[in-house]
Amino acid sequence: MTSAAESEFPLASRRRRRFTRQRIGHAAAPYALLAPTAIAIGVILGYPLYLLVKMSFEKYGLFELIRHKGRWVGTANYAHILHDGQFWHVLLRTIVFTVVNVTLTMVLGTAIALLLLQVSRWLRVALTTGLVLVWSVPVIVAVDIWRWMVDYEFGVLNWTLTKLHIGNFIRHDWFANPWTGFAVITALIVWGAIPFVTITVYASLAQVPQELLEAAAIDGAKPLAVFREVTLPLLTPILVILTSLSIIWDFQVFQQIWVILDFRPTSDYYTMAIYAFHQSFQISEYGLGAAIAVVMVLFMFLATLVYLRQMLRTGEVQ
Amino acid sequence: MTSGTQIAPTPVAPIIPRKLGRRRRVHKLGWNLLGLLVLAVMVFPVYWMVATAFKPGQQILSYTPHWIPRPPTLSNFRDAINQPFFWDAVRNSLIVVTTVVALSVVLAFLASLALAKFHFYGRKAFIVLILGVQMVPLAALIIPLYIMMSRLGQVDKLTGVIAMYLTFVLPFTVWTMRGFLLGIPKELEEAAMVDGATRFGAFVRVLLPLVGPGLVATSIFAFIQAWNEFLIAYVFLHTPEKQTLMVWLASFTTLRGTNWGPLMAGATLCALPVVFFFLLVQRRIAFGLTAGAVRG
Repeated sequence: MTSAAESEFPLASRRRRRFTRQRIGHAAAPYALLAPTAIAIGVILGYPLYLLVKMSFEKYGLFELIRHKGRWVGTANYAHILHDGQFWHVLLRTIVFTVVNVTLTMVLGTAIALLLLQVSRWLRVALTTGLVLVWSVPVIVAVDIWRWMVDYEFGVLNWTLTKLHIGNFIRHDWFANPWTGFAVITALIVWGAIPFVTITVYASLAQVPQELLEAAAIDGAKPLAVFREVTLPLLTPILVILTSLSIIWDFQVFQQIWVILDFRPTSDYYTMAIYAFHQSFQISEYGLGAAIAVVMVLFMFLATLVYLRQMLRTGEVQ
Repeated sequence: MTSGTQIAPTPVAPIIPRKLGRRRRVHKLGWNLLGLLVLAVMVFPVYWMVATAFKPGQQILSYTPHWIPRPPTLSNFRDAINQPFFWDAVRNSLIVVTTVVALSVVLAFLASLALAKFHFYGRKAFIVLILGVQMVPLAALIIPLYIMMSRLGQVDKLTGVIAMYLTFVLPFTVWTMRGFLLGIPKELEEAAMVDGATRFGAFVRVLLPLVGPGLVATSIFAFIQAWNEFLIAYVFLHTPEKQTLMVWLASFTTLRGTNWGPLMAGATLCALPVVFFFLLVQRRIAFGLTAGAVRG
């Protein structure tokens, strides 16, 4: 007993030391596990973001590109684009484009999700499979399909519209006029975006408790009232998330316009992303392009905040 | 194992009183017709691509559309794969995609392990960072990325593209993996440890087999993203021998204008692996999809 009492002190201290070392190891483990991911994100997302802001205050042309060093010019780039009529045109065009595309995507996507609840079971299976099929089509492939369907000579769309007596569309070039050109681009983007919205909304529609709907119906509520008072409030969180994601995707639209117009869209087709791309990569004014891109990021930041807040609220982030 | 990954069960139709039956049936017929119309409109473009790919030339260049390829031919596919640089593009896409998938799954697994199984300071901040970082527009980042990569001598190199793809798929893959790990009950691990397994042993024998499906789904997501990406590949890879399939497909035009048959055949070939894998994970689609990133 006495020997045990004597040795108690060193033993305890040894145990305590081991315990703390273990605890430190345990506390460091998650950081070590996160490190590779954090480093990758820091180097390839974080640093370029910083560089983007820095470049937007610099003259960065071909000469600077070769020297690997920009020349500080203060807010000159911003002053330049804010006094540039084309910039305001492009900004307005991008905003209108985003509003139209997001509205169409959300309304049609939700409508089809509601339709899924009404149709027979076999058709529901067929529709979901069809939607997943459309969803899986790569963007560039989708662009090529639509380019082919609206081809001015042999396109199936012109033939169909002419046959339906909507007008004479024989040899009608949709891209000659930017309004009809953007109509095609909108159709292509909305077509590609509907499956994601529909399937997500349908998944949450299916989770609306049936008893709630029945109770409302028994209380004499009309279907439209049931939808507005019961279903819609339950759908709101997912609709907010989907809308903010759609805004973010559509505001930065680039590849659909770029590829469908054969890599050389006229300035009538410029959106923010294409304008920034043109300024930097085609006329080598990387500083100006960066300033335009910063404005673009700021516009999209708002949608990002709404998205993050809703994700936090929904409890997705635990 | 119920990990909440499948699409929620279809709601049960309420019991209809007999009196309303007839009116309901008429209603249902109307809805079904509308549903069929929607299905036709949505699927037609995909059908049109495949149909065109199998059509002989004179049926493609015809003022009256031929709805069904008769007789179907494979000549468009032959033309497509004999286009210059097709096999280079296939090889490059495969190199890029396999490297990105392998690296991203390992890194994402480690990171999601930290997020799902540990409580530590800054955890929530990291999750918000991961969600927020996906929202930074690539079209804006491409400018400084190009400057940075040209300083590092990584322009026109597959390694640079791989590094960028890896980083862009990481947030989403981490998020997805984390969801799968959260779905595994803690009790399973604890039971293994009570039975005498070490933490590591419990991890290898219990956790790892259970996250198998998660690893598969995550790698397929990474595969689809890397396979479909266009903008980075287009900006960074200049020489035709180094381009990926999507860049090859996008620049598929001949001097005499677009050759629609081979183009649609090429498009079908490029879409095929993605469609296959997408349908494979479709059960898991409803899962974690609001975390962004995966869109066709």
